[in-house]
Amino acid sequence: MHQRLLPFAVAFVFAGCGGPTADAPKGSTALRKVAPGELRTPADFAGIEDTRARSSALFLEASRVLTHPRCVNCHPNGDIPHQGMNMQLHDPPAVRGPDNHGVVGMECTSCHQDRNQELTRVPGAPHWALAPIQMAWVGKSPHEICEQMKDPKRNGGKSLAAIVEHNAHDALVGWGWHPGADREPVPGTQEQFGAIVAAWVESGAACPAKGARP
Amino acid sequence: MSVRIRVNGVEKTLDVDPEMPLLWALRDVLGLTGTKYGCGQALCGACTVHLDGQVVRACVTPVRRADGRAVTTIEGLAPDGSHPLQRAWVELAVPQCGYCQAGQIMTAAALLKAKPKPTDDEIEQSMAGNLCRCGAYSRIRAAIRKVAGMPEGEQ
Repeated sequence: MHQRLLPFAVAFVFAGCGGPTADAPKGSTALRKVAPGELRTPADFAGIEDTRARSSALFLEASRVLTHPRCVNCHPNGDIPHQGMNMQLHDPPAVRGPDNHGVVGMECTSCHQDRNQELTRVPGAPHWALAPIQMAWVGKSPHEICEQMKDPKRNGGKSLAAIVEHNAHDALVGWGWHPGADREPVPGTQEQFGAIVAAWVESGAACPAKGARP
Repeated sequence: MSVRIRVNGVEKTLDVDPEMPLLWALRDVLGLTGTKYGCGQALCGACTVHLDGQVVRACVTPVRRADGRAVTTIEGLAPDGSHPLQRAWVELAVPQCGYCQAGQIMTAAALLKAKPKPTDDEIEQSMAGNLCRCGAYSRIRAAIRKVAGMPEGEQ
C-alpha cells in the first residue's frame, strides 16, 4: 500500500471495513469493496502493515458473519431464541431451559432435526441448541463479541486454536451458510470465514475499538 | 431402507423412505391414527409422540431418526386408558372437539414424568407448543395440576 494512504486505511479499518461510516472520510476505502453476501479474504488485509490494526480489521470482517441474524438469533441475551431477519422472538414459544436445549416437552430437538426439513421449512443442523448466556451476542458490538470470544470463561473453555476449529468446521456454525428455505445465508462460505478467523488469531487476535462496526 | 422401531413396546420393521415423516409411518403404515396431523410444520403440537421418552413432533421428524429407538404414541401411553392424565382428562371433561388432545396428553405425560410436581410456569413453558383451537387451555392446565397433586383453584 502506498505510504500516504496507510494512515487513512488504518483509520478506516478501525472504524469499520464494510463501507464508509460516520467516522471515516466519505468516499474513501482501503479495502476491496464486496457485495453484502461476500466475505473478503485474508489477502485483502495484507496491505495493513500494522499488525494490530490488521488483526482488528480481520475481526470486523468476521463480525459481518457473527452479528448476522442467522447467527445472533441463537445467541440471545435472554432466555428466548430469536428468529428471522427481523429477530422476532421464537414462535412457537420456546425457552432456553437449564442446559440451553429447551425444557421438557419443548426441547430444541422436539422440532429441529439434524438437517433442514425443506418441505416444512423447519431449520435443522446437528446438535441444535442455544448458545449459553455467557455467549450472548444480541445487542453486542463487535468489540464485545471479540472480547467474549477470547475469554475462556465465556467461550466454553476454548483456546484460540479451538475457536478457529469451531468456526471453520462446526456443523451448527456451518448451518449459517446453508439455512434452507428462503432464509438469507451469512456472507461468504464457512471455509472463507474459517480463514478470516485463523488470520485474526495468527495476527494476534486483537479486538476492534469499542465503537467500530463492519 | 428398512427402519426398525419399537412402537408402543412392539418391534416393527418398516420398508419406507427414510425421510418419510414419522407421523406418516405411524398413521399410514402402522395404522396408529391416534396421533393427529395438525399444521405439518411443528407449530401446533397435535402430532406429539415420545421418542425414547423425549417429546418430538412426528410431522417433522424423519422416520430414520427413530431407527433403533422406542416410539410411544397415545395408544401406548396406557392401552386401557388408565394413565392418570387420561383419567383426569375424562373426569374434568377436558376436550371440546378433541383433535389436539392426544398431543396435549403426550406432552403433559413427558412433563410429569420428568417433573412430577411442576410449577405453573413450568407447565406453561412445556405446554406452550401445544395449541388448542377450542381454547380448552384452562381445563388442560387444571387436569395437569390435578395429576400433579396441586391445589385446585389457585392457578
